[in-house]
Amino acid sequence: MRRLHWILGPAFAAVLATMPVANVKAQEKVIQVTAERFKFTPSVIELKLGEPVILELTTLDRKHGFQVSDLNIDETVEPGKVTHIRIVPAKAGTFLFHCTVFCGSGHEDMAGEIVVKP
Amino acid sequence: MIGRDHLDAGAGRGARRRVSDGGALEGTGKGQHRLEALPLVAGQAAADHRLDGRAQLGRQLQGRVVDAAELEDEHHAHTVQKHASDNERENRGRQVPPARAAHEHRQQTDDEAERHKRMREFKLIVADLKTPVQRYMPGEHDASLDQGKAFQEHFGATHYSFDHKGVHFAVIDNVSDPQAAIGDAQIDWLLSDLKPLPSDAPIVVFTHRPLFDLAPQWDWATKDGSKAIDLLQHWKNVTVFYGHIHQEHHFKTGAIAHHAAQSLIFPLPAPLSQPKRAPVPWDPAHPRRGLGFREISVDESRVVFTLKEDSLEGTAAVQPAAAIGTY
Repeated sequence: MRRLHWILGPAFAAVLATMPVANVKAQEKVIQVTAERFKFTPSVIELKLGEPVILELTTLDRKHGFQVSDLNIDETVEPGKVTHIRIVPAKAGTFLFHCTVFCGSGHEDMAGEIVVKP
Repeated sequence: MIGRDHLDAGAGRGARRRVSDGGALEGTGKGQHRLEALPLVAGQAAADHRLDGRAQLGRQLQGRVVDAAELEDEHHAHTVQKHASDNERENRGRQVPPARAAHEHRQQTDDEAERHKRMREFKLIVADLKTPVQRYMPGEHDASLDQGKAFQEHFGATHYSFDHKGVHFAVIDNVSDPQAAIGDAQIDWLLSDLKPLPSDAPIVVFTHRPLFDLAPQWDWATKDGSKAIDLLQHWKNVTVFYGHIHQEHHFKTGAIAHHAAQSLIFPLPAPLSQPKRAPVPWDPAHPRRGLGFREISVDESRVVFTLKEDSLEGTAAVQPAAAIGTY
């Protein structure tokens, strides 16, 4: 059963979804993001204004979180599962994201940024 | 974060608490109760909040609170040790300044056995304090990896309440859940705990993370903190002391005052003042810069607090109550 959330923020319109990769629209760019203690790869995600993308998050070790407060995105990344987050950048700028599931010493450093360029 | 509640009977008649990265009370005043509390927030991997206390002599109340002891490693332990000794006016020759390694690398542990070892060491360190009643509160590095099991083994419950000298204290655990939630069960407990109190009862809340959204981008928030705030708003005189952010901060949500004090280890930058929440860069010339604790005076009404920030560098700045509001 596919889980779907609509998030409409001032800077983005985003769809969060945990769903099979096959459900991702073929024409949209997919950016794979891995989470592991204590980093995201890539830690800097560059997007273009107005260009929809799908973030495809997986974890290499344990449960992590992925939160972009400014975009009202707050998801978990579970072992063995893929979390998809659809984002349509509506504003240029830099938006911080971080892990929200305490994962050990270094958890505070598990962060990154989404950079939206005009 | 480990907390130890230190409520000490004193000869004075004012109320004063001392808080570090959370709060501390120690006080003197005329015709008033004396309250002194010493909470050590020895967060990350061993200890964070410490309140330890004792009450004697009828209405007189004295306590101290030292927060953010941050027992991540041996250096942190020494920091707490020094602070504990200072507060007891005892110099046992074990005072060392914060070490660069502790500051920059925050030598925390995910090893369960090591965490137990540090908690045992912390208990030995704070045993020097002349306080018969001790209460503790965890930080995320103490409790989030094992949902508070080790902490409870050494220090007891992670959320609880108690009454002391006319003040109702409630300790809220927002760290045992690795996703920083208080949880509905604890919210229900808080409601049942506070429900018997009159609307004007003086209430002090201790918690680790800010209950309000201070900087969610840096994880400086509690996922369901708004539930606790909504509940607490039903009482007129609520003061919240929290830790987590390693710096002085004051904020109000409605009538509720929220205060964070400096910590005893690696100061953190002002909320969202830089791209990442990395600690303030180490300065070997000033190893204690940005570190400190707080003294809080409480008047006879039990609802008016005056906060005084004390720096471990030796400077102290007295803040008139008017500068930060009347609580």
